[in-house]
Amino acid sequence: MSDLIRRSAADLATALQSGEVSSVEVTQAHLDRIAAVDGLVHAFLHVCTDEALAVARDVDARRSAGEELHPLAGVPIAVKDVVVTKGIPSTAGSKILQGWIPPYDATLVERLKAAGMPILGKTNMDEFAMGSSTEHSAYGNTHNPWDLDRIPGGSGGGSAAAVAAFEAPLAIGTDTGGSIRQPAAVTGTVGTKPTYGGVSRYGLIALASSLDQAGPVSRTVLDAALLHEVIGGHDPRDSTSLTDPLPDLVGAARLGATGDLTGVRIGVVHELNGEGYQAGVRARFEEALDLLRGAGAEVVEVGCPHFVHALAAYYLILPSEASSNLARFDGMRYGLRVEPSDGPVTAERVMGATRGAGFGDEVKRRIILGTYALSAGYYDAYYGSAQKVRTLVQRDFAAAFDQADVLVSPTAPTTAFRLGEKLDDPMAMYLNDVATIPANLAGVPGLSLPSGLDQGLPVGFQVLAPARADDRLYRVGAALEMLLEQQWGGPLLAQAPELEVTA
Amino acid sequence: MPTISREEVARLAGLARIDLTDSELTRLAGELDIIVQAVATVSAVATDDVPATSHPMPLSNVLREDAASEPLPVLDALAAAPATEGGRFAVPQILEED
Amino acid sequence: MSTAPDLVDYDDAVARYDPVIGIEVHVELGTVSKMFDGAPTVFGAPPNTQVTPVSLGLPGSLPVVNRTAVESAILIGLALNCQIAEVCRFARKNYFYPDVPKNFQISQYDEPIAFDGWVDVELEDGTVLRVEIERAHMEEDAGKNTHVGGATGRIHGAEYSLVDYNRAGIPLVEIVTRPIAGVGERAPEVARAYVQTLRDIFRGLGVSEARMERGNVRADVNLSLRPSPDAPLGTRTETKNVNSFRSVERAVRYEICRQAAVLDAGVTVIQETRHWHEDTGTTTSGRVKSDAEDYRYFPEPDLVPLAPSREWVEELRARLPEMPVVRWHRLQTEWGYSDPEMRDVVNAGAVELIETTVAAGATPAAARKWWMGELARTANTEGVDLGALSVTPEQIGELQRLVDSGRLNDQLARQVLAGVLAGEGSPQEVAAARGLGVVSDDGALLAAVDEALAAQPDVAAKVRAGNLGPVGSIIGAVMKATRGQADAGRVRELVIERINQG
Repeated sequence: MSDLIRRSAADLATALQSGEVSSVEVTQAHLDRIAAVDGLVHAFLHVCTDEALAVARDVDARRSAGEELHPLAGVPIAVKDVVVTKGIPSTAGSKILQGWIPPYDATLVERLKAAGMPILGKTNMDEFAMGSSTEHSAYGNTHNPWDLDRIPGGSGGGSAAAVAAFEAPLAIGTDTGGSIRQPAAVTGTVGTKPTYGGVSRYGLIALASSLDQAGPVSRTVLDAALLHEVIGGHDPRDSTSLTDPLPDLVGAARLGATGDLTGVRIGVVHELNGEGYQAGVRARFEEALDLLRGAGAEVVEVGCPHFVHALAAYYLILPSEASSNLARFDGMRYGLRVEPSDGPVTAERVMGATRGAGFGDEVKRRIILGTYALSAGYYDAYYGSAQKVRTLVQRDFAAAFDQADVLVSPTAPTTAFRLGEKLDDPMAMYLNDVATIPANLAGVPGLSLPSGLDQGLPVGFQVLAPARADDRLYRVGAALEMLLEQQWGGPLLAQAPELEVTA
Repeated sequence: MPTISREEVARLAGLARIDLTDSELTRLAGELDIIVQAVATVSAVATDDVPATSHPMPLSNVLREDAASEPLPVLDALAAAPATEGGRFAVPQILEED
Repeated sequence: MSTAPDLVDYDDAVARYDPVIGIEVHVELGTVSKMFDGAPTVFGAPPNTQVTPVSLGLPGSLPVVNRTAVESAILIGLALNCQIAEVCRFARKNYFYPDVPKNFQISQYDEPIAFDGWVDVELEDGTVLRVEIERAHMEEDAGKNTHVGGATGRIHGAEYSLVDYNRAGIPLVEIVTRPIAGVGERAPEVARAYVQTLRDIFRGLGVSEARMERGNVRADVNLSLRPSPDAPLGTRTETKNVNSFRSVERAVRYEICRQAAVLDAGVTVIQETRHWHEDTGTTTSGRVKSDAEDYRYFPEPDLVPLAPSREWVEELRARLPEMPVVRWHRLQTEWGYSDPEMRDVVNAGAVELIETTVAAGATPAAARKWWMGELARTANTEGVDLGALSVTPEQIGELQRLVDSGRLNDQLARQVLAGVLAGEGSPQEVAAARGLGVVSDDGALLAAVDEALAAQPDVAAKVRAGNLGPVGSIIGAVMKATRGQADAGRVRELVIERINQG
């Protein structure tokens, strides 16, 4: 395995800037890795070999011409397939969008391109980001590089697995209820869900508009901060985009890496621990708290009593918004068109046949649920009530952040489960997101970083901060990462089993 | 007592324009019933004195100036269409007029 | 097609039933970009050339509200004496239809931007009726379907349809009245006058060209009948997309006759959408309003609330022009026009043209004569609006000044106008270039008079004998000889003078 693919994005950036390596070399090394292992991992739905190398060559040429480039120029990246990329297929893991080639770029893709970051390809995901295991992709499972029989988390299992399997140093994910953080937790990688409105949603194929947020996926906290700064900031094409300038995220990560958290108050969310959480997950969490105390942080327990209702509220709000957002996939303007097997071919019937054939089980389940929740007569009891629970969750966060600068919890209740294990039990699948969902409901930022192994599988540690204070995630995250890596004698992923090279 | 009957699922599938097979209808009715009972707990805590939050961030008055931008080239606009004719999207006959 | 339904004679119907109407008017705003993105809004552009990812509803696209559209909606609200909401939101109206690219329409539901207003509507006989406005809200227009195949080109029998999304996303304001009751047999006239009043307001505000023939203003007409004004409201029908003033009146009249027949037969009226057919002047049954019509409205999560500050609203209020009806009354008094004269001027869209012509020095009577006479005929022949003629009100003012100063007579002025319309320049320039001008040199005129008298000795004799009747033919001959450039009054004087001398 080439050493290049093991290096962090920050290291690669330095090496590129110093001329030690070229972007073509770095990009080619990752393309070679994809060719070698993606047959096993299946993190990618589409690999953009030519486009990525063209960008790499361009960056190399500009660099040798002395042009001032973005610090990450030449560092390649993988992009979740829910993000619209001009001229490159974007399917959101759904059969209904098979072969759709968008005529425009998402804002965050424009920013990656402006920074000169070669896009390696599009990563696998649960169809329309509905799921916690990537098993709901219409294009097959992604496998967890730690154990190929296990799930890589979801919905962004492809992005997390790509980074964990050294197929990309960085990736873009989207997080509606935990789709960046939970895959990060189960693959031993880092992922951030920024403050709602912190990264433009323009060009993200919407799941639930009021919950969706794109963010960085990486192997180190610093790398996540670097990527977050590339894609974050105001975008006038997204009405919900914040106008505030981004806090100094990279600076916060570097500060955290000194390992000093003196005076930082860390709140342990009582409701996001304990029952329902795997013993090993709890043990790694407690050990991490000890490290944080040792770094000078004050650890307090906080109560967020309404978090117990967050999951229920989430599974009303998300399906409701999704049922409307996904209405446009009807076979009229783009994507799949299926004619009914018998009877007259009318627009109405073609829409029904197309959606019946083009959507998978989970998508159908949630669309029907959302249609029900918005339906006349049920709106107040379901959607209306869920929006009220959202207020209560926000109030809980506000009260908790009075007592603590950041809140912490295990990212997910369990480590990676076996493929197929929860596929027939939607409620069990939904419970994977119990710790990550409150942040989406309230719009606050969250980060997951690896905190150790339980029976050989990674465990995630979640840090939550108040809205607009994403820098706190990176300070506390980088500090914990430094302390843990001191104990481990290197990154956790160094302990991952070597993947068999198939090509 | 089930909250969501098979007939209700059929009605919702009609509203959502998704053709479902008989077995899908049956299976979904069972699954949705469990899910709905689980999520229905929200109405217990959502008392009248609690306001609803539809946006996580309290923004208002986000407006753009009335200026025209470059439209998509018509070939790009139509490129992904299953069928086109004369610069328009061709769709099957429309029976219901709105 | 089903057989034509029974109709009750109109006078009979309104004698026995009390009609209640409700009108929803949609106006397309004249913004240069769409409601929720920068897609251009050029009318008549080739299909699907005025679209962006947003107006095509492509995956990932997001809406951003057009400030001018909001200001226009507030202006309309203020002109209709509405309250302007302190906070309001957009909502999604979910329904599947091929011309709705997202399969939901962004509209407003329980929080319209304007509500609780009224507008005074003047009827033909000068009666003023106050129509109460329930709400005015913002929304986006849909694309356009063209039905292909089948005999009629109509929706039924079409083999397939073609969709153009140029119109999708154009900003609309929908204005909804409260039920208009107690107008009895005048219901059709009231409906028409109301829509006409709104059209004039839209134009006066400058928020829309409000051209009916382009579908800029579209009306849905609700109508129900009840046995007496004290009875509860009957079941209503909604006749959609009635797109001319005359059709509004006819549609109400038709529904009154039709529903009366239904009720007479002891059947209940079905609550349904009905389609208006301009060619036959009838409505036919459309979609039945039922529980199945469940739009699943919810607050549009891609947009944030709109909270127009009171300062902004007052700033807009200060920009409100004089309301059309008020203005017309003022101008009518100033100009001394009769009621029918003023109505014709208003209907021809000539108020501003005449106002500017008067400002340019013409008398109101002269200005009206030009615009409602010669120019109206020209516009009619060319099939264009008065405002589209290639002559400005300033030029008409100049032309009339030439007449008033005696340099042109009516006939010459019409020739000069033809030149102006032909693009030959200003009235002065045309008169100079074509050599048109009243000949006031008596010497030149006398020669022509003598020639005419000599050519028609019998006429000259009669006149000399005291019969002034045939003098006209002498004058005519002189006018002809001078190619119309003589002042006819002066010619007459000279003819009589000459004969008396002789």
